[in-house]
Amino acid sequence: MKIKLIGVICIVLTALVISCQSDEQVEFNRYFSAGSAVYQAHCQNCHGAKGEGLQGLIPSLTDSAYLKSNRSQLACFVKNGLKGQIKISGKQFEGEMPPNDLSPVEIAQVLTYVTNSFGNKSATITIDQANADLAKCN
Amino acid sequence: MKKLIYAIAFILLWNACKLNSGGNKALPIFGNKEAVTKTVNGKQVTDTLYQTIPAFKFVNQYGDTITDKSLDGKIYVADFFFTTCPNICPVMHRNMLPVYNEFKSHADFRIISHTIDPKYDTVPVLKKYADKMGISGNTWWLLHGQKNDTYTIAKSYLVSLQEKNPQGQYVHDGYFILIDKQKRIRGTYQGTDAKEVEKMTADIKTLMAEPDQKSTK
Repeated sequence: MKIKLIGVICIVLTALVISCQSDEQVEFNRYFSAGSAVYQAHCQNCHGAKGEGLQGLIPSLTDSAYLKSNRSQLACFVKNGLKGQIKISGKQFEGEMPPNDLSPVEIAQVLTYVTNSFGNKSATITIDQANADLAKCN
Repeated sequence: MKKLIYAIAFILLWNACKLNSGGNKALPIFGNKEAVTKTVNGKQVTDTLYQTIPAFKFVNQYGDTITDKSLDGKIYVADFFFTTCPNICPVMHRNMLPVYNEFKSHADFRIISHTIDPKYDTVPVLKKYADKMGISGNTWWLLHGQKNDTYTIAKSYLVSLQEKNPQGQYVHDGYFILIDKQKRIRGTYQGTDAKEVEKMTADIKTLMAEPDQKSTK
């Protein structure tokens, strides 16, 4: 009897906590967890499980300042790939990232994941944001 | 009667386990075996001939010619890659780096990575790749050669390679092959799996301790 009561209280509490989460938080969690799966499937081989990159060959994803100042271009980088010189965490890179055949929602998810993992912190990159950014790709 | 069978089974199992955990560890020898009978001092002796890596000739990232002779008296690990490989190669070489760092001070240890895309991966491209990976010296050689030669040698390492698939990508498996000083295959490890590569590092130490692999210094 007592255990049942405790169980019920727990369920009620959990429900309360979940319903207390703001819509924004729920949306973020959804993007983030889906983005984690996209990352593993499409990015992790090169960029590493911890976003550490590979020596001087593949840049890390831990340069928060770079991610912040290029935030509106990140969607295009993922979709069309990236070529030429870039400076990440003070190191010069010049390789080539191949284009990725991801849908806009997957791009939004994976960017939300990357910009909130490996020591980075920022807001959700929504599908609307990704679509707007993608419309402006060169 | 039944009890006796159980007892025997138990003793057999016990011994089987003991054999495996014995301190006298040696790595298995892979590949085809052949029994050869020859006459030594008038007596018939049967010997086992193990599969070995045949003669080869490639060029490393410094433009030096590397042949099977360059690896005489060396324990080495071989793999196959190409510098523009988007899928498994970065993982393989991320996992190979700790192996390189662990053994780079051993004069009798080498890593050789054959490029399977010799058209793009010229010697200067391989050198640049090595520089960016942070590898120097002569522990880790990136080898360039005729496509046919590379594909042929792959077979003797029991590695399968394929020409470009319809997506324009090369297909190859990501094995690291451990070769002993007698050029026999002593282990194969999935290079994309960090756990397997850790096992390889442990196996290399085991191999180095085997009596016929000891340093000749």
